[in-house]
Amino acid sequence: MKLTLNVWRQAGPDAEGRMQRYEAPDVSPEMSFLEMLDVVNQRLEENGEEPIVFDHDCREGICGACSLMIDGVAHGPQAATTACQLHMRHFKDGDEITIEPWRAAAFPVLKDLMVDRSAFDRIIQSGGYISINTGSAPDANEVLVPKVDADQAFEAAACIGCGACVAQCPNGAAQLFTSAKVSHLGLVPQGQPERDQRVVSMVAQMEAEAFGSCTNHRECEAVCPKEISIDFIARMNRDYLKARIMSRAK
Amino acid sequence: MKWIFELYRSPIAKKAVMALTGVILFGFVLSHMAGNLKVFQGPEKINAYAEGLRELGKPILGHGELLWILRVGLLAAVGLHMLSAWQLTKLNRKARPISYAKRTPQAATYASRTMRYGGVIILFFIVYHLLHLTVGNVHVDFKHGDVYHNLVTAFQNPLIAGFYILAVTSLGFHLYHGLWSLFQSLGWSGPRFNAFRRQFAIAFAAIVTVGFVSVPLAILSGFIGH
Repeated sequence: MKLTLNVWRQAGPDAEGRMQRYEAPDVSPEMSFLEMLDVVNQRLEENGEEPIVFDHDCREGICGACSLMIDGVAHGPQAATTACQLHMRHFKDGDEITIEPWRAAAFPVLKDLMVDRSAFDRIIQSGGYISINTGSAPDANEVLVPKVDADQAFEAAACIGCGACVAQCPNGAAQLFTSAKVSHLGLVPQGQPERDQRVVSMVAQMEAEAFGSCTNHRECEAVCPKEISIDFIARMNRDYLKARIMSRAK
Repeated sequence: MKWIFELYRSPIAKKAVMALTGVILFGFVLSHMAGNLKVFQGPEKINAYAEGLRELGKPILGHGELLWILRVGLLAAVGLHMLSAWQLTKLNRKARPISYAKRTPQAATYASRTMRYGGVIILFFIVYHLLHLTVGNVHVDFKHGDVYHNLVTAFQNPLIAGFYILAVTSLGFHLYHGLWSLFQSLGWSGPRFNAFRRQFAIAFAAIVTVGFVSVPLAILSGFIGH
C-alpha cells in the first residue's frame, strides 16, 4: 500500500508546531498503525531526520499509552480499538491520513504526537483508591458482592486511561474517564466507606485541571477503546450531587 | 445558603441548573402550546382562555397576580439557564485552545451541536414574540384582549408566519437534545429507563413543535380566519 501522511510535528512543549507531509510507499496491510509509523521513522532516521515521536508501550491494546488522533477520530476509524491494534487493512491504497496529538488544554503536547496526561494521574491520586487496613487476609467470599454490581464495576474498571474521551470530546471534558474511575470503586462494597468523599475529591481535581464540561454529545463513548458507557457519567453526576447536597463530604 | 453558591462553582452543578431550569421552561412551552390550540375552537374560546390566565390562582390570589408570579419565575429560569450556558461555553472553549486540523464527529447529532446557536435564536425570538403578541407594539393592528384577531392578522403575513415556524423548529431541535440531556445531567439513568429517555425527548420535541407550527400554518393556509 502507498499512503500519504499529514503528521503534526512540534519540537517541544513551547515550540511552534505544524502539519508535515510524509510519503509511506511500502505499507503492508498486516502492519498495525504504530508499525507503519515505525517504518516511516526508520526511513526518517536513515535520512538523518528526526523521527516522529509518539507514545506507545504494550502494543496489545491494554496499557493506554497510544494516543493518536487519526483522520479526526481518537484511535482511528475502527470502533473499540486502540491505535496499536488498528491494522492498515482498514485503509485503502492511496489514502491520505491525518495524524494529530490529543488536543486539550489539560494535555499539553510534549513533542510531536506525545502529550502529557499526568492530569489523569492527579485525578486518580485525589481519590481513585480504597483505604484498607493491613493485616491477615480476610476469608475468601466473606464480603459479598452482587454479581450485577461486580459486572458493572468491571466494565468501568476496563478504562485504560488513554484519554481518547477527552481528545474526542468537543469540550475537552474528562467526564467519561473520571466517572469510570469513580464508579468502579463506588459499585463494590470495599469502595463504600469513601464513596461520597471520593466522588467529591475526584470531581474537584477534574475541575481543577483544564478540562471542559460534558454537554452529552456521546462522542467519548463512541471512541472509547474499552466501550465505556456514558451511563457512568450519569452515575457520577448522581453520586456527586447527592454527596454535595446530602452528605458531609467536602 | 453559602453552600449553594459553592456548589454552583462546579460545572456538574451548572449542568444540573441547566437541566432543572430546562424542565421549568419545557413545562412552560408545553402548556403554552396546548393553550394555543384553543385558536382552533374559535375566537371566543381562545380570548376567554387568554383572559382566564389572569384569573389563575383565584380566589386565593387576585386578578393577574399568579400570572405575574409565574412570569417572574420563568424570567429567573431563563436567566439561570442562560447564565450557566454562557459560563460553561466559556469553560469549554478554553479546554481546547488549539483545534484539530481534521475532526470527524462520531455520535454528536445536529441538535446537540447547535444547542448554543438554537438557544440564541430562541432568545431573540422571545424578545420579538413578546413585543409582537404580548405587548403588541411591533404588531400592525394590535387589539388588546383580542388574541384571535392579533394572531390571524399577524400570520396572514407569510414572512411573519415563516419566522415563527423557523423559530419553533429550532426550539424543537433544542428540546430534542435538551429533553434527553437533562436526564444525563441530573444522573437519572438506568438500564430500563434509558430507552424511555430518548423516546420521551423525541415525542415531546415533536409534540411541542407540531403544536406550535400548526397555528401559523393553519392561518397562512386559510384554514383559520376566513
